[in-house]
Amino acid sequence: MTFSYFPGCTLKTRGKALDIWGRAAMERLGVTLEELPDWQCCGAVYPLAKDEIATRLSAVRALAAARDRGQPLVTLCSACHHVIKRTNYDFTHDATFRSRANNYLQLPTPYAGETQVLHYLEVLRDVVGFDALKQQVVKPLTGRKVGAYYGCLLLRPSRQMAFDDPENPSILEDFLRAIGAEPVRYAQRNECCGGYVTLERRDFAAKRAQAVLDNARAQGAEEVITACPLCLYNLQANGGGILPVHYFTQLLAEALGIEEAQA
Amino acid sequence: MNDLSETIQRISGVNPRKCMKCGKCTATCPAYDEMEYHPHQFVDMVQSGRIEALMASKGIYHCLSCFACVERCPRSVEPANIIEAVRLAVIRQQGANHLKPEQIPVLLDENLPQQAITSALRKNGK
Repeated sequence: MTFSYFPGCTLKTRGKALDIWGRAAMERLGVTLEELPDWQCCGAVYPLAKDEIATRLSAVRALAAARDRGQPLVTLCSACHHVIKRTNYDFTHDATFRSRANNYLQLPTPYAGETQVLHYLEVLRDVVGFDALKQQVVKPLTGRKVGAYYGCLLLRPSRQMAFDDPENPSILEDFLRAIGAEPVRYAQRNECCGGYVTLERRDFAAKRAQAVLDNARAQGAEEVITACPLCLYNLQANGGGILPVHYFTQLLAEALGIEEAQA
Repeated sequence: MNDLSETIQRISGVNPRKCMKCGKCTATCPAYDEMEYHPHQFVDMVQSGRIEALMASKGIYHCLSCFACVERCPRSVEPANIIEAVRLAVIRQQGANHLKPEQIPVLLDENLPQQAITSALRKNGK
């Protein structure tokens, strides 16, 4: 199966590991991710103000490009997924926004929210399937105790994101079981790491990051995985070295026996 | 209700009268210690028109946009949208950007993701 793929700015720079292992793993699993040509920044944050139209337009360009290619749009970065998914939701639930955005963009064919937006993990779960993934694992991560860190952006607001149960998610734990690891559940896995204030208030970000990692360690985790470059940075840089933190795609590639991947 | 209160309600799309004052938003807020007014007070003060105090508070820059208050509100009030609207009411004024591009270079380190810089600029400036 072939999908359009939106990597986003961070996955081509500081977050390369999320992207390269993710693409290599999907290739191994027989799923083709075609990077959207000429993609541009998703906008980085979803604007909550109802009167902001222009700040949501860059996400629309990615959505419309995937629509024109007749493919669902796959994202990998939690923040990109949040912005693009919610912008798409606005197209199907807010007629005023839809009409104003189309007036700005003047696309050859107006966009009306046709594109299906999928996070990489949803492709793993719903297209590949965790049972099929398990069959493809050549190096199961037996004995590894891994805490899944969901953070905020994939789960909330659940009405728009429709990703998983926002208070008791299971997709990352199911993923960890499929690759042979032992998932460790802990209370802070869906609470905020404080990443957004790291520029101005590193002390505050550190307090949150350490609360997450302390809690994961107390429940028996020996490492933590995430899908978010900002969470990864914050947990690593401000987390006090309490636990190692990796992207989930790094563990996936490891379990699939992929030793090299190209940037 | 006054003009500023109407502005906040228009920008946020939130009707504060839906609030039933359960305080769940504030109970779940990870930035509680960093805010002089807490999420339930933002909702209450917008309803009663006390916007200037909210605009002068530092807490508007400490909301983590984690949407815990939005998710857990039993009345779908969306306190985070109100906090963002108050912040916007401040930074949309001339010369009121909270974070300026020239402040960024000294804050960088080699691992900081681009996303952190873009989002900080977009949240704190116009």
